[in-house]
Amino acid sequence: MKFAVVAFPGSNCEMDLVYAIEDVVKEQAELVPSTATDLSDYSAVLLPGGFSYGDYLRSGAIAQLAPIMSAVKRFAAAGKPVLGICNGFQILTEARLLPGSLQRNQQSKFICKLADLVVTNNQTMFTTDYQTQQTIQLPIAHGDGNYYCDPTTLAELRKNNQIIFTYQNNPNGSVADIAGISNRQGNVLGMMPHPERAVEAILGSTSGRELFSSLVNSVRKRGLIHE
Amino acid sequence: MYLAKIHVNYKRSILNPEAQAVQTALLRLGYQDVTSVQLGKYFELKLTGSQSKEQAAKEVDEICDRLLANVNMESYHYQLEELAVAE
Repeated sequence: MKFAVVAFPGSNCEMDLVYAIEDVVKEQAELVPSTATDLSDYSAVLLPGGFSYGDYLRSGAIAQLAPIMSAVKRFAAAGKPVLGICNGFQILTEARLLPGSLQRNQQSKFICKLADLVVTNNQTMFTTDYQTQQTIQLPIAHGDGNYYCDPTTLAELRKNNQIIFTYQNNPNGSVADIAGISNRQGNVLGMMPHPERAVEAILGSTSGRELFSSLVNSVRKRGLIHE
Repeated sequence: MYLAKIHVNYKRSILNPEAQAVQTALLRLGYQDVTSVQLGKYFELKLTGSQSKEQAAKEVDEICDRLLANVNMESYHYQLEELAVAE
C-alpha cells in the first residue's frame, strides 16, 4: 500500500511521516510536492505538520490554494482516506474539507508536550485498532491549535460522531476539548496531536502506531488499495 | 480604478489573546484608561478592472470571503475609493 505525503513549502514533519510509514508500519510512502496535480497512484493521502507558507495570512490559508489541493479534494470526494496532522488539520479546515477552524491558543503561547487523549470514536478508518474511550499519549506542538466552531456545528459533530479525539486536560482552549475531528463521511481526519512522533518507545510513546495500522487495515478491508 | 481599504478582525465572540497581551502591556505602561484593544489585519488592494463601484464591491466581497478572512471566526469591512487611472 502506498501513502502520499504532501510536502508544502514550510512543511516540517513530512520526513517523520515517511519514517513512521516505511520503517515502523512497513508500507510504502512517497513525498508528493504541493505543485503536483494527481494522486491516483495512492491509497491514502497525508498532510504533514509544519508552517506551510510561513503561516502567512492564517495557518493553512495559502496552502489550501496549492495545486495539489484540487487533487486532495477529488481524493476525499471518492471516499479515500485523507489525514491532516497539525498544520495539515489547519489546511483541511481552510480548504473546508473539515468544519470549524483552528485559532490561536488560549494562553497565546506555543505548546510542545506529550498530551493525554481519549479516543472518542474507534469506528473510523483511522481508529479501529484503538479501544473506544481508550486513553493514549501523543505529542502536541502548536501555537494555533485552539479548535473553534459555532454551537450548531458542534451539535452536528456530536450527532454524527465526528469528534474522534479529545484532550483529557484541555491545553489550548479548544471547544469541547476537541483534538481531532472527521468529516461527515469519516474518511477525512484532522488532528492537532502528532501520531508520527509517537511510534517508538524511545520517542516517549507508541500510541501513534495504531492510527497508522488502523488506516492500513481499513484500506485493505475496504478494497480501496491501489498497488 | 478603485482602491479597497479592507479591515479584517476577529468576531467579538472569538478570543484574541494577541489583543489581550497588548492591553496588558498598555496597563504596564500606566494606561489604566484603555479598557479594550482590538487588533486585526489591514489590506489595501488596487483594482484596475472594475468599471463601477458596485462591481468593485462585488469583487472585494468575493476576495474577502475566499481568502482574506476566515468567516468562521473573522469579519471584514472596507471602503472603496476611486483612483485616477494614472496612479
